[in-house]
Amino acid sequence: MKKNITKLLILLGLACIAFPSYAEEVKSLRGTRDLDAGSEPPEIKRLIADDRPIPRDFVQQPPLIPHKIDGYHIDKNYNKCLSCHSWTNYKQAKATKVPPTHFQDRDGNELANLSPGRYFCTLCHVSQLDTSPLVGNEFEPVKALR
Amino acid sequence: MDNTKKKSGFQWGIFIFGGLAGIIGVSLFLGELHYSASEKFCISCHEMEANVYMEYKNTSHYLNKSGVRATCSDCHLSNNLLEKVGRKVKAVNEVIQHFKGTIDTREKFLDHRLELATKVWAEMKANDSRECRSCHTAANMDYMKQSSRAMAQHIQGEDAGKTCIECHKGIAHRLPDMHTIDPSAVIGEASPE
Repeated sequence: MKKNITKLLILLGLACIAFPSYAEEVKSLRGTRDLDAGSEPPEIKRLIADDRPIPRDFVQQPPLIPHKIDGYHIDKNYNKCLSCHSWTNYKQAKATKVPPTHFQDRDGNELANLSPGRYFCTLCHVSQLDTSPLVGNEFEPVKALR
Repeated sequence: MDNTKKKSGFQWGIFIFGGLAGIIGVSLFLGELHYSASEKFCISCHEMEANVYMEYKNTSHYLNKSGVRATCSDCHLSNNLLEKVGRKVKAVNEVIQHFKGTIDTREKFLDHRLELATKVWAEMKANDSRECRSCHTAANMDYMKQSSRAMAQHIQGEDAGKTCIECHKGIAHRLPDMHTIDPSAVIGEASPE
């Protein structure tokens, strides 16, 4: 028992010595600046305003939105996205149409209209910022998509 | 002789008084027209302030990069004096509906929204989106500076003889329940009647 307590104390002591060096190694995203010093404002990133469709990186990926969607309102009465991407409007707007999979509910029943679970486009589809990735990434699409 | 002199003085009096009254009257009239076209006046009714104004505050006609603003009257009131007065006469109904409380809650407003919006769209279509075009003239639009999507749509719309409001609905306010106009946004099993 006594031995155990001694071990614990030694460990605690080591931890106390080791901790300050950890504190120096760990870097938070805001840097090692003092808490009350305030941080440098990050550069404001712009949305890609208008681009060609962006290729997918994996088969099941929800396609990315290659244009600005500022002020695009989606509620149960109206869905701004559908003013171009619906089956009624896609031809005239020369837009990608909502695929038939979005007309299935979660049990696989085919619906006459867009499934409630698929209605809020921006839950899966996102617009892109004009910026380079923050961290490196070696992900490569499968051969079929390359 | 004496009598006629008195009379002419009286006539002069009437003339000057009439003239002054006229000037004051016209100034008051124009002042009223100006004041009743101000944003402050428009949102003095809570129907406007709580619904359409709050929605407008999130749009680019209120907040944008250059700080130019288009307020209520810039889009909803003609610059033509006669039409302006005509609109004021029409507004009598709005005062009546205000006191009747037709749209005095958000729910009531939303229930009437399609009807209200349809009227405005019809007016704007009928006058070829005149108030839009008092700032956005097609002739001065540089398509080359627009995004490729906007360019394609504008050229297509222009060729088809469309007017601004036919595509640009709900740009300054939220849209009503659009199912009867565009069934695209219907969710689930079947279309509502």
